[in-house]
Amino acid sequence: MKDYEIVIGLETHIQLNTETKIFCSCKADSWGAEPNTNICPVCSGLPGVLPVLNAETVRKGATLAAAMYAEVNPLSRFDRKNYFYPDLPKGYQITQFDEPIGKGGYLDLRMSDGTTRRVRIHKLHLEEDAGKTKIEHGTRLVDFNRCGVPLVEMVTEPDLRSGEEAAQYLIQLRQLLRWIGVSEADMERGHLRCDANVSIRERGSQVLNPKTEIKNVNSIDAVRQAIGEEAKRQIELVESGGKVRSYTLDWDADTGKLSMMRSKETEADYRYFREPDLLPVCLSETEIQEIYAGLPELPMARRDRFEKDYQLSPYDAEILTSERSLSDYYETAVQAYTGEAKSVANWMMNDLSRLLNDLGKTADQLVLKPEQLARIMRMVDEGVINAATGKNLLKKVEESGRSPEAIVEQEGLGLIADSDALRSQIESILNGNPNEVASFRAGKESLMGWFVGQVMRSTGGKADPKRTRELLQELLTKE
Amino acid sequence: MSINNLSAFEIAEKVRQGELKAVQVAEAALAQIKAVDGQPGSLNPAPLSAEEEGKVHAFIQLTEDLALTQAERIDKLVQEGTDPGALAGVPIAIKDIFCVKGTTTTAASKILANFKPPYTATPVQKLIEAGGLVMGKVNLDEFTFGSSNESSAFQPATNNPWQPEYVPGGSSGGSAASVASEEVALSLGTDTGGSIRQPAAFCGVVGLKPTYGRVSRLGLIAFASSLDCPGPLSRNVRDSALMLGVIAGHDPKDSTSSVHPVGDYLKALEQDVRGLRIGLSPDYEALYYPDLESGELQRQSIQKEVQEAVYRSAEVLAKAGAEIIENVPLPNTRYGIPTYFVISRVEAASNLHRFDGVKYGYRTPQDVADLSELYRRSRAEGFGQEPKLRILMGMYVSAAEYASDYYQKALKVRAMIRDDFDQVFAPQGQYRLDALLTPTTATTAFKRKAVYGNSVLMQYSDQMTVATNHAGIPGLTLPGGLDEAGLPIGIQLIANDFREDLILRIGHTFEHLTQDEPWRKIKPQVLRAEVK
Repeated sequence: MKDYEIVIGLETHIQLNTETKIFCSCKADSWGAEPNTNICPVCSGLPGVLPVLNAETVRKGATLAAAMYAEVNPLSRFDRKNYFYPDLPKGYQITQFDEPIGKGGYLDLRMSDGTTRRVRIHKLHLEEDAGKTKIEHGTRLVDFNRCGVPLVEMVTEPDLRSGEEAAQYLIQLRQLLRWIGVSEADMERGHLRCDANVSIRERGSQVLNPKTEIKNVNSIDAVRQAIGEEAKRQIELVESGGKVRSYTLDWDADTGKLSMMRSKETEADYRYFREPDLLPVCLSETEIQEIYAGLPELPMARRDRFEKDYQLSPYDAEILTSERSLSDYYETAVQAYTGEAKSVANWMMNDLSRLLNDLGKTADQLVLKPEQLARIMRMVDEGVINAATGKNLLKKVEESGRSPEAIVEQEGLGLIADSDALRSQIESILNGNPNEVASFRAGKESLMGWFVGQVMRSTGGKADPKRTRELLQELLTKE
Repeated sequence: MSINNLSAFEIAEKVRQGELKAVQVAEAALAQIKAVDGQPGSLNPAPLSAEEEGKVHAFIQLTEDLALTQAERIDKLVQEGTDPGALAGVPIAIKDIFCVKGTTTTAASKILANFKPPYTATPVQKLIEAGGLVMGKVNLDEFTFGSSNESSAFQPATNNPWQPEYVPGGSSGGSAASVASEEVALSLGTDTGGSIRQPAAFCGVVGLKPTYGRVSRLGLIAFASSLDCPGPLSRNVRDSALMLGVIAGHDPKDSTSSVHPVGDYLKALEQDVRGLRIGLSPDYEALYYPDLESGELQRQSIQKEVQEAVYRSAEVLAKAGAEIIENVPLPNTRYGIPTYFVISRVEAASNLHRFDGVKYGYRTPQDVADLSELYRRSRAEGFGQEPKLRILMGMYVSAAEYASDYYQKALKVRAMIRDDFDQVFAPQGQYRLDALLTPTTATTAFKRKAVYGNSVLMQYSDQMTVATNHAGIPGLTLPGGLDEAGLPIGIQLIANDFREDLILRIGHTFEHLTQDEPWRKIKPQVLRAEVK
């Protein structure tokens, strides 16, 4: 068998998280709403009504373009894409054809082997979503709720080389969308939808062979699997002397199977022309500058900086920058803590992330503030409380909203560092266990751990472990 | 004195001063409609008697209740001492292409015969808020696609009140005829290539196509969105000025409506024409059309009496102190119709996509095998011939294969047409015109069935008007005389963007200067018959 390379381009539709739809004042999000309850004459295509552009969609679209390192076009235009379908009430979709909001751009993917793959963006434009239609008991039903939901359509160049890379692209895109706050990017809710174009070629070749388009690969796993399946099918086909034909395929996530939808060899003619009901979209130099100025540090840059500034491992840096508020939390905690940044990372990667998972919260939603985390860590360092108490404190602060210091004080969680109190406690333990004392003194020094455990148990874990060891050593070696 | 031949301005003044009740006006209008209009346009018309043949047939639907309720409200306001608005008690006919909440809005098409919009078009809303009485919806060419009213799915189509065997023009034929026959004082029409001005000229009334964007298109069922302009029809220039002042202005629900300040058009009428530079162009003295075989452009002079009326009007204005500039070149005007054929059809085909039998309007009652058959049958049965022709043409010239030869090229020619006007209106240019004076139409009204069926020839009746639609600038038509057959001649005034004030002022002056001319005393035949 020849050595094949898989060539993949992804077409994504990103639902912008604006308050209202792109051309009317209906709510943008209809999740959970009854069919056709979030519609108006504009988005349901009644005659005589006109679209009015929601400026927020332009701002968010431009923000995404800027974050993708695309050029934000100061002048862009809307066009009509004409076709008939019952979920398209006007009989045309308002979209941007040849003068879109963004031009060019790329997303750098950090691959697991440490290399970076640059995925170039071929198209980035604003458009309205269509509705939904389904057939139930032989009747075709139409729901217009989704009509007019603002979308950015973003299409990559054929720069991806495996299902895994495609999955990585989606993961990093989803992270970026949430990071810059333009989309909820919830794939289950259709905020981020994906179609994949797949072809194969002999490794080393530069030709682009006929491709198939897989529709509805709407989860990370689906992208990985569907592309894998399709590449396998194409390779087997070519190996057995067949030819790949341009088809649209449908991915069924439940069965994990691809099915042919229609031939793509005769492209539909959408008769694009300028939307005469809308004016050109103009962004002034100042507005574009404001968009760039408003961009936060992007995830890749922050990840690199975390590795460098805080000496984090690539893994830790990746986890801590997986989400913007988590990374903000980390930096605030590091600054408040003033100790080893790596320790903060450890606390967050383990105990804090468990808390986040349990509560289903993001870092910015926590009652426990990063400064409080830093203070708890310092209390542990200074021996005011032990590490276990510290970790329990996270949950207590989160649940009660009280300060960590107050909880330690009121619940008497502070360590018994007072030598006299601890000494008499230890003496009574030694007196109560003469056999173990004798064994220790006879050379079984491994019993030290057992004695520490006894002390901890009798003090309810409040004994300062360092001080306990010192006192035990002193008393056990004393004749 | 009859209430029905009062101008809108006079009615509003009398109603506001309590000299006349709005209810009286409404009743007089309803009586006039009853006397001259005959049976309303319908999908299943009864055979016409000889008497009915001679009626106007402007209306598709009367909104008597709406008008009387509004009239009572106006009278109550007057009684309370509250100003009921600039159009208090003025009866108005609405072209049935505008949505009016609670009434059927048909676009004169079978496909929308049962459509009741849940909203009212912005210009209609403004008319109502100014105290106007919506008397009903008047007939038009199906979806405004025509120049004779004959393509309406609602028959009988409107007749010309001057001579009922002639067409009233179109597409705002019902509007022009209802105003000419004194059924209403004002009508709201639309003009995409000449659809206000051509019927106004044919029916001997005043019609104004404002600057594109001057009047909101919200609630207007679109023909060609980049060309459509709502505007007034009236019996004199002052009434059009009055009505434009009411309907003009920015509408947040129409992005293409202008934020340019609305002028005081009535005040503009106080000035005369002294010092104004008015141009005459040889490019408006003939029709140019490509020979179907050779493609060579043919030239045919316009009707002699129409040309003479333009010259005579120029002399009248010159005597009043206007400076007449001759030989103004507008060389691309001759390409107006072919360009319009392409651009308007592309937009129309797309705008008609939404009528698919799925959501509202006509759906085939026949059993269909699948979705595409539902589309095919509903559209085949619902649309008349003219929309079908326009859809075919529009789809063809915007298809990926042909768009660069037709649609993209047409957009370039459109820009050249605009450039011609920019040159002659430029304040620092060679011509520095305030306005152009041209014929409105190449001929006076033609007979019913004389042109209908020849879609291309029909389109050429917009040759003198369509260039201003391409350019987006305003054009006003007003009566300039009668031809030998006793049919009205329209003259047109054209100005630069948002200079409706200038053409209204020139038109008003012309009206004043010619008020005693004998032709002004002659009334349309339907009114003469009524007097008997």
